[in-house]
Amino acid sequence: MPTYLDFERPLEELDTRIADLRGTNAAGVPDLSAEVSRLEAKANKLLADLYANLTPWQKTQVARHPERPHFRDYVARMCSDFTPLAGDRAFADDAAIIGGFATIDGHKIMLIGHEKGHDTASRLKHNFGMAKPEGYRKAIRLMELADRYGLPVVTLVDTSGAFPGVQAEERGQAEAIARSIEACLNLRVPLVAAIVGEGGSGGAIALATGNVVLMFEHAVYSVISPEGCASILWRAADKAPDAAEAMKVTAADLDRLGFIDVLVPEPLGGAHRNADVAIDSLKKVIVERLGILVRQTSDQLKTARRAKYLAMTGD
Amino acid sequence: MNWLTRVRNSLSAVVKRETPDNLWLKCPACAQMIFKKEYEENLSVCPTCGHHGRIGPKARFAQIFDEGRHSVLPSPKAPDDPLKFRDTKRYADRIKAARTATGAQDALINAQGKIAGQGAVVGVQDFAFMGGSMGAGVGAAFIAGARAAIAAKCPYVIFTASGGARMQEGIISLMQLPRTTVAIAELRDAGLPYIVVLTDPTTGGVTASYAMLGDIQIAEPGALIGFAGQRVIQQTIRETLPEGFQRAEYLLAHGMLDMVVNRAELPETLGKTINYLMTGQRKAA
Repeated sequence: MPTYLDFERPLEELDTRIADLRGTNAAGVPDLSAEVSRLEAKANKLLADLYANLTPWQKTQVARHPERPHFRDYVARMCSDFTPLAGDRAFADDAAIIGGFATIDGHKIMLIGHEKGHDTASRLKHNFGMAKPEGYRKAIRLMELADRYGLPVVTLVDTSGAFPGVQAEERGQAEAIARSIEACLNLRVPLVAAIVGEGGSGGAIALATGNVVLMFEHAVYSVISPEGCASILWRAADKAPDAAEAMKVTAADLDRLGFIDVLVPEPLGGAHRNADVAIDSLKKVIVERLGILVRQTSDQLKTARRAKYLAMTGD
Repeated sequence: MNWLTRVRNSLSAVVKRETPDNLWLKCPACAQMIFKKEYEENLSVCPTCGHHGRIGPKARFAQIFDEGRHSVLPSPKAPDDPLKFRDTKRYADRIKAARTATGAQDALINAQGKIAGQGAVVGVQDFAFMGGSMGAGVGAAFIAGARAAIAAKCPYVIFTASGGARMQEGIISLMQLPRTTVAIAELRDAGLPYIVVLTDPTTGGVTASYAMLGDIQIAEPGALIGFAGQRVIQQTIRETLPEGFQRAEYLLAHGMLDMVVNRAELPETLGKTINYLMTGQRKAA
């Protein structure tokens, strides 16, 4: 059973009862299968209802779900080959951002993305997906490499934000992000960016300044975390749900406002309940969009990307 | 606002000038009482400890341009409150109050003139306007400044002062990071210098975009410059921050700046720098 979120408690109770009944049923005494099917139907309806009406704050929880697919899951299912390339050539290799050559449905590309990790050891190794300057500088290096040899770039964005630490500041966290945005804008190859989980502020846009921006149905994308916004503007961190609402962090809102290009639907109950289905639908859109973009000239790609961001006024 | 406060406020400039409160101010760094006139004549720098006070576009233009002569460029329009954002107050009211208090359209104003004999377009961010925060209005003003420089074939010099992105504009404020970066790309394509002068404080999304992309990076002494806020960093690492952390001198020592320059020397330094960059020779093939 998945890890249940706070708002999924009623569902958890139902699922637990179903599991209990199944256990009893296996023991074979009275036949409870009719009751099990009835409860399963009820649970499915509850799940559908819950996920059809998620608030922005609930979506934030889903986007952060520990079992949501991460970079390594996308690579394993989407790519017939992945050849990681490490290091920023200046200081270190940052495991919070992974990148390398990848083959996806015949397209040879440069794949770059955040990795949050899936258990305690890997979360520590990947610093929970919070990159340091060396992570962004690796991304810049790989984007420039892709540009030199004509490989399209695909990014998978999933970070609560760039790492806020003393050493990160000393090594120029802000400069690294600014240069990474600049590198995205200078590319003469296609850049397809997908917000797959959390699109946290500067740490996200550093990899997401794309020709096309895709976003999962339950992903969130914002200038600051709802908690951060609430503690600054409301002076109360518990106002995070209000901040999430006010900032318009959901894919549906951003699609309506024109800040993303494709909203990618997730399976019922979120990507973490059926990662394979979620990854397959994302792959389909990525491949579709790559197919369109690779036909454009390098000048067209660069000019269109610049024009797209110049027009982002909220009008 | 009632009738009495309205009248009292409209008289304040006249009335307050004669009160001793307003003739003196206390340096926030060394707590020394300074005669206000002396402080302003000293470019809003404390004569005792050298603390560089925060100044807005008007004072900056007067100081930086030759004989203070300049023409202010029109402020481009941007959508007001596109998300209908409301926290404890409505964003529409906050922006209205900021406009009334500063007399400006938004937190970035451009002007054109000469610095030590060199033509330049200068943009100044106003921390007094909603903490100098960057939304679509600031983005539009930055683009307008860069393009005015391209039209005049001169450098664009930006004086940054900002708490970061304007949260009340949500994702639109985040999009100003790439948007302003496109304007810098246009300056680079035109072969024109882009010079950044970081002033106190410059943090968040502004640092993570145009404030760190200058051909030349200058900062005023003691300016706070960083990506993450100090409180956030402290909560994350649970350690005390090093002495002078995120100050101009600290960034200089860590290789993030070309120089830290006193306010009084800025016109000369900028003029000399522009002269080098604008008179370089490149032979065509």
